[in-house]
Amino acid sequence: MISEFGIILLYFILGFVFVGIALVAAYFIRPSHPNAIKNSTYECGEIPIGEPWVRFNVRFYVIALIFLLFDVEVVFLLPWAIVFKGLGWFAFIEMIIFVVILLVGFAYVWGKGDLDWERPKPYIAKLSDLVIGKKKQ
Amino acid sequence: MENVNFLYDLLGRNIISVVLVISLPLMFVLVYALVAILAELKVSAWIQERLGPMRTGPWGIMQPIAEVVKLIQKEDITPDKSSKLLYNLAPFIIFTGAYAAFAVIPFSEYFVPAGINLGLFYIFAVGSISAIGIVMGGWASNNKYSLMGAMRSVAQLISYEVPAAMAVLSIVVLASTMNMQEINKLQTGWFWNWFIFGGPGTLAKIWVIPFTLGLGLIYFISSLAETNRVPFDIPEGESELVAGFHTEYGGMKFAMFFFAEYANMFVVAAVLTTIFLGGWNSPFNTFMQGPFWGVFWFVSKAFSVVLVQIWIRWTLPRFRVDQLMYIGWKVLLPLSFICFMAISLFVMLK
Repeated sequence: MISEFGIILLYFILGFVFVGIALVAAYFIRPSHPNAIKNSTYECGEIPIGEPWVRFNVRFYVIALIFLLFDVEVVFLLPWAIVFKGLGWFAFIEMIIFVVILLVGFAYVWGKGDLDWERPKPYIAKLSDLVIGKKKQ
Repeated sequence: MENVNFLYDLLGRNIISVVLVISLPLMFVLVYALVAILAELKVSAWIQERLGPMRTGPWGIMQPIAEVVKLIQKEDITPDKSSKLLYNLAPFIIFTGAYAAFAVIPFSEYFVPAGINLGLFYIFAVGSISAIGIVMGGWASNNKYSLMGAMRSVAQLISYEVPAAMAVLSIVVLASTMNMQEINKLQTGWFWNWFIFGGPGTLAKIWVIPFTLGLGLIYFISSLAETNRVPFDIPEGESELVAGFHTEYGGMKFAMFFFAEYANMFVVAAVLTTIFLGGWNSPFNTFMQGPFWGVFWFVSKAFSVVLVQIWIRWTLPRFRVDQLMYIGWKVLLPLSFICFMAISLFVMLK
């Protein structure tokens, strides 16, 4: 009647419908008195300055790109992992080469510092800093 | 593919059994979420030498229900500057992603909603949907805190997805199948047949035990990060980002985010239980082994993992962002690759 993947589709539909029912039920119960201040963007009580939709730090894109490579690699490794016992040493060494090539790229990214995020560099004041005119940077 | 589901044997494959198959896990999630919320309140209280909620019902056991009633009555606010469609769509996406993962979780020998061969692969694919929901909600709120929380959250989710996937992949190498039910059947017997102890096999598996133990730990740490739990809750760091990506959400929409978080906690605990801790198998060979005991073992193992997650939340402080990236990319990822290579070499030599 219905295949196993059909049941998975029904899971998606049921999840969606469940949220819909919950939100509609709340719609009939909850009060609704919106006003301009209530609907303004929350910024701890201040009036927001500027737009949040601005350009974002490029590090996030680099991380996303690296992740994409590794994820594609996992996708290739999964079918291999099921059958490689029957394929013998050739398939095994082939896959080791594939993984090593990826790890070389990973080592390059590591060495280039793209995996480093800014860390706090605390500067501990010395007694000599307190002497006026001798402050070091 | 037969005998995946006792409901089909009982009722035949008709509309009633299908409706039961898809809605039983939903009822389970509803009850489980209430219990988990109470457990969170009570465990945190006991760890901090408090009593926790005591007024609602005996020992405060009605507290989660009171909270749900409160959330239903809350006014729903859609900020004027938000992107309305995406803002309202995000709770749908995030809960649907969390619930869809339940489709392949084997609760018992005779109950797995959809016994597909791609089980583990499917769980990973569906688990990533929540990242879309998070970035959608965070961006559409048009709030600086939300956007920063969402960006950090997604960066964290994808960073820890790779070690988690490698851990699962190594178990797939040992088991030669991605079907979660088959993986469970392999681990039948005493508890040393579980994959965390090297899986079934002769004494030669002693070489692989350190790696499987390590992978279990790697998967557990990554799963904490993937569900945004402490110590990886930087995206929701109250002191700097208010509530992260769901700052602007209130009422029932917030409840859906909350609900999805608890559902996700159970999903990662269920995957850990299935691939490392023997799933529905009894630890003591045939003692208390059977289809109905299976549900008991599975739920109690998974819930124990959830309790450990809660325990860690109230014990450890939060990581800094650079520490988080350091652990994910420079510690867990190389370690998981080493374990993966060692395990595949072991399987080749066996």
